[in-house]
Amino acid sequence: MIASGHLFLALLEGLVSGLVLALTALGLSLVFGVMRIVNVAHGEFFMLGAVIAWFFSAALGSFGLALLAAPLAVGAIALAADRLILRPIRYAPEATIVATIGLLYILQQLVLMVYGPYARPVDAPVYFRVEFPWFGYSGYKLVVAILAALLLGATWLLISRTRLGLYMRATQQDPDVARAFGVPTERVYAASFALGAMLTAVAGALVVPIQQAHYLMGLDALLLSFMAVIIGGLGSLRGTLAAALLIGLVDGVVSVFFSPTLAKIVASALVALVLVGRSGGLFGEGAT
Amino acid sequence: MTARDRRAAWLHVAVLAGLLALQAVLPPFHHTMVARIMVLAAFAVGYNLLLGYTGLMSLGHAMFFAAGVYGAGLPVYYAGLGAGPAMALGVLAGVALAALVGALVLRTSGVAFLIVTMMFAQVVFLTALYFNPITGGDQGLVLTGRLPPVHLFGLELTAASPAVKYNVAWGVLAAALLVTLGLVRSPAGRALVAIRENEERTRMLGYNTFAYKWLAFVTAGGIAALAGAAYALLFSYVGATFASILYSIYPLLWTLLGGVGTTLGPLVGTGIMTYVVDVASGITTSYLLVVGAVLVLLIMRLPAGVMGGVRRRWWPWLP
Repeated sequence: MIASGHLFLALLEGLVSGLVLALTALGLSLVFGVMRIVNVAHGEFFMLGAVIAWFFSAALGSFGLALLAAPLAVGAIALAADRLILRPIRYAPEATIVATIGLLYILQQLVLMVYGPYARPVDAPVYFRVEFPWFGYSGYKLVVAILAALLLGATWLLISRTRLGLYMRATQQDPDVARAFGVPTERVYAASFALGAMLTAVAGALVVPIQQAHYLMGLDALLLSFMAVIIGGLGSLRGTLAAALLIGLVDGVVSVFFSPTLAKIVASALVALVLVGRSGGLFGEGAT
Repeated sequence: MTARDRRAAWLHVAVLAGLLALQAVLPPFHHTMVARIMVLAAFAVGYNLLLGYTGLMSLGHAMFFAAGVYGAGLPVYYAGLGAGPAMALGVLAGVALAALVGALVLRTSGVAFLIVTMMFAQVVFLTALYFNPITGGDQGLVLTGRLPPVHLFGLELTAASPAVKYNVAWGVLAAALLVTLGLVRSPAGRALVAIRENEERTRMLGYNTFAYKWLAFVTAGGIAALAGAAYALLFSYVGATFASILYSIYPLLWTLLGGVGTTLGPLVGTGIMTYVVDVASGITTSYLLVVGAVLVLLIMRLPAGVMGGVRRRWWPWLP
């Protein structure tokens, strides 16, 4: 009974972290798919979401408002970065990588300067426990999972049902043809970049009550999102989603039974080998 | 040798001779700084072979530097190995790792290459952390007093002596520069530049592009390991930081700042950045901000770097 309880706990933890990772990775995947750029600063948007959520919930006393304000603030920062840095260099692939590495350090170090090297928690907005036969489980984590799932669904609707979504898909397929048909591709790029950052920022804000906010938390988010995007197939949103859930579940189970560092080593090596073997990823049909 | 080649060769000889002579006049603090810069510049010189001459942007070059650091540092720490064999082991570790990793990562290109190199470097970094009891993990190991002195021509040389630090560092830089210059000027180097410009066409012309890229990758890895081994022994420290992502970004930054695809660019870039970071870290704990700002400004305003600008404006013969 103990073992099955452990496994159930591991699966539950995995599902929650998988859904949060899905939000983060979906943002990266969207930016890569539509704009054909690798945003190395993506993890910093996650960190900014968490830190700004901490700031607003400390200042306003309401985590609910913070959950709204954080993605809006991060979206504005992303729009500014797009306008001031990425658009002037015309989204050239290698230049963009270098520029976003620079952006990574600028954002991370500014947060260190203003917010300091502390890990700060926020009290969960809801506090209740869900009793399972083996253990009680934090109700907030389940709320996080549900909110993440709802946001994923909303993003799906945005991309498949709205005009902006149509523009995004058209730009992804062929930016020149899209432009010829009157799609304002530059604005689509800006919107995609901001939307990707906002999805990640929500994910960052959601985990603050569980993980605390720290200026270095972006790197892990970046590496895990890279893994999800690669395994899911570069540029395939559905693949990213499936891969993020898979990574979350596997990581949850493996971390309970083995050392987390060993789990990360094995995961990184596997992802590298997947990309070497099939540059399209496991699910995708080769977007590079 | 054409007049152009002769001029380039003389410039390199003059730069190296100048650096050698500089130690006579430098005050102690700058003496150590320049020694550090020369070792790190060797690391960047190797990286430039990939980025500048072959057109491969790697985000995992720290793994080879770390291979040199651990390959040389651990035997000294645990077995009291001498400096010569330790350096050789360090380089060997880097070359072996680069041969293996290169055979895998060079099957990818573009974005995939970048991410795969980053993932492999992450594996090396995490492995160093995982074997914490042996490697010292994040804390690292201090080698002070463990490296037996080398006797040469009746002199007793220890790594703690500033003169030894400086001259060994100079030797490492000179070796890296000569190897790169030799390779770049050779027919194989021409093939590398051809791959950078158009890999498909180079393959159609009958070149085995994979073999040339692998050669560049292993040479760059070996040079990085040489620099890493020298850094560990000269500055008596071994640690997982050297495998972290920052140490993969540094050579990229130094090379871009100095000038991609110029032999002297990495030296110039490393020199400027090491001093800038040193000054910034005296002012604020957020000193890596300058790393970010310089990267963004470079890519927007000065994509050719310092020496690239010099080549375009004044010295078109610069290699």
